[in-house]
Amino acid sequence: MFDDFFVRALVGGIGVALVAGPLGCFIIWRRLAYFGDTLSHSALLGVALGLLFELNVTLTVFALSIVVSLLLMLLQRRASLSSDAILGLLAHSTLAVGLVVLAFMTWVRVDLMGFLFGDILAITHLDLAIIWGGGVAVLGLLFVVWRALFAATVSYELATAEGAQPDRANIIFMIVMAGLIAVSMKIVGVLLITALLIIPAATARRFAVSPEQMAGFAALVGVVAVVLGLMGSMEWDTPAGPSIVVAALVCFLLSLLPIPSLVLRKNSNSH
Amino acid sequence: MLKEDNTLISLDNAGINRSNHWLVRGVSMSVSAGEIVTLIGPNGSGKSTTAKIALGVLDTDEGLVYRKPKLRVSYVPQKLDLNWTLPLTVTRFLVLTNRASKTEIESALSATDTLHLAKAQMRNLSGGEFQRVLLARAILRKPELLVLDEPVQGVDFNGEIELYKLIEDIRNKLNCGVLLISHDLHVVMATTDQVICLNGHVCCSGTPASVASSDEFRSLFGKQATQGLAFYKHHHDHEHLPDGRILPATEAEEHTHV
Repeated sequence: MFDDFFVRALVGGIGVALVAGPLGCFIIWRRLAYFGDTLSHSALLGVALGLLFELNVTLTVFALSIVVSLLLMLLQRRASLSSDAILGLLAHSTLAVGLVVLAFMTWVRVDLMGFLFGDILAITHLDLAIIWGGGVAVLGLLFVVWRALFAATVSYELATAEGAQPDRANIIFMIVMAGLIAVSMKIVGVLLITALLIIPAATARRFAVSPEQMAGFAALVGVVAVVLGLMGSMEWDTPAGPSIVVAALVCFLLSLLPIPSLVLRKNSNSH
Repeated sequence: MLKEDNTLISLDNAGINRSNHWLVRGVSMSVSAGEIVTLIGPNGSGKSTTAKIALGVLDTDEGLVYRKPKLRVSYVPQKLDLNWTLPLTVTRFLVLTNRASKTEIESALSATDTLHLAKAQMRNLSGGEFQRVLLARAILRKPELLVLDEPVQGVDFNGEIELYKLIEDIRNKLNCGVLLISHDLHVVMATTDQVICLNGHVCCSGTPASVASSDEFRSLFGKQATQGLAFYKHHHDHEHLPDGRILPATEAEEHTHV
């Protein structure tokens, strides 16, 4: 059944969405919406370094993502700049350095569009194995550190004082994020992966009463977006990656519609 | 420093330096099981910093810190800024760093009169409700050491007395050590075993009665009283002169603390 490229795209996309949903919740809770962007920008430098030293590109992207996350943690601890400023600084400087390094290597040409959007319709059997194998590992790790990671998100000091080992949880979170970016970049592109982190989690926020519920809903919304997006892209012959992002956006917009807005309107009419 | 068997934490000459400025320095203190130790001092005197050293949240730049191995701590921080994007019910908040059964959760909430809030979202609580829930969470962990940083903020006066009563009950029930930070001197003095008066360093320490009659304490809180910050007063045992000096009255040692 995985012989059809469309089925492989579906299964691969769903795998990425299932992992991205819960991770995206932490991104939103921690106000790190630009964290995914920063990692994806720095991924270009990872690609450049991989080509320069003739190493496996996925590995260099993974390594660089970890370096950037570590820098973020260190700079946050110094706390002379806010998180968004640090993220912006890291994002643009690593992107610029990546472009400069690539410019020196006149013998390589990097397909920037492929880098941004990947090619989900070209997912191979090996890619599927990596996504699902890695995905199960990531979700397993996340399950183990869930309580500590969430406690650290609510209050780092509280978690430290009460022995929840927030540093260990944070480092695992960082490694897992780096892994997700590195693996999915080649397959679905950096634009799609950051969208799949943020938009489903933002959509799920409306309906969740507990953090666990929000993580589950986010994964579900991501899956719906992948399915609808891919079907839409077949139907109207639109590019697959962006279609998935558009489908996620539609889910988010729909989540804004229902009951509360009607209640508000009723209240404002009756003065 | 001598450590008895039931010492939970002790600080020996601890200090923290930030950009060539000592936040606190030369702080020595200890908390034992069943003991209530209160840190008092003006704003910026390093009360919270000292508590964070004791908790291991901050590392010291000088001095020694002893913490009983695997010490089970409950911490009620002075401020907890919850991100409003967090979907977090009171019940889920209670099991933030530990597991607990439904009955345990309910009895902790009942102890602080917050059982009716069990399903409420944390971000919708009032200041007083929030403090009570923080305390319920601290109780639920059945701590060996309870650290409370200004636990009565946003609680009205009657509630305040009840909360201190509750803290005493917890101590009696669990035989835990309590490290309390407060500036409500008039209430705290009655329940505490040890008072440590801080102002960047330990000004004075001892039993409430001995601290309250010490010159350091008087000068520290005399100064504060002139700025209208503290309303603790000895019953006519001294007067505050306009220039901040303190004039002891003749019947100085007569007063008691209730």
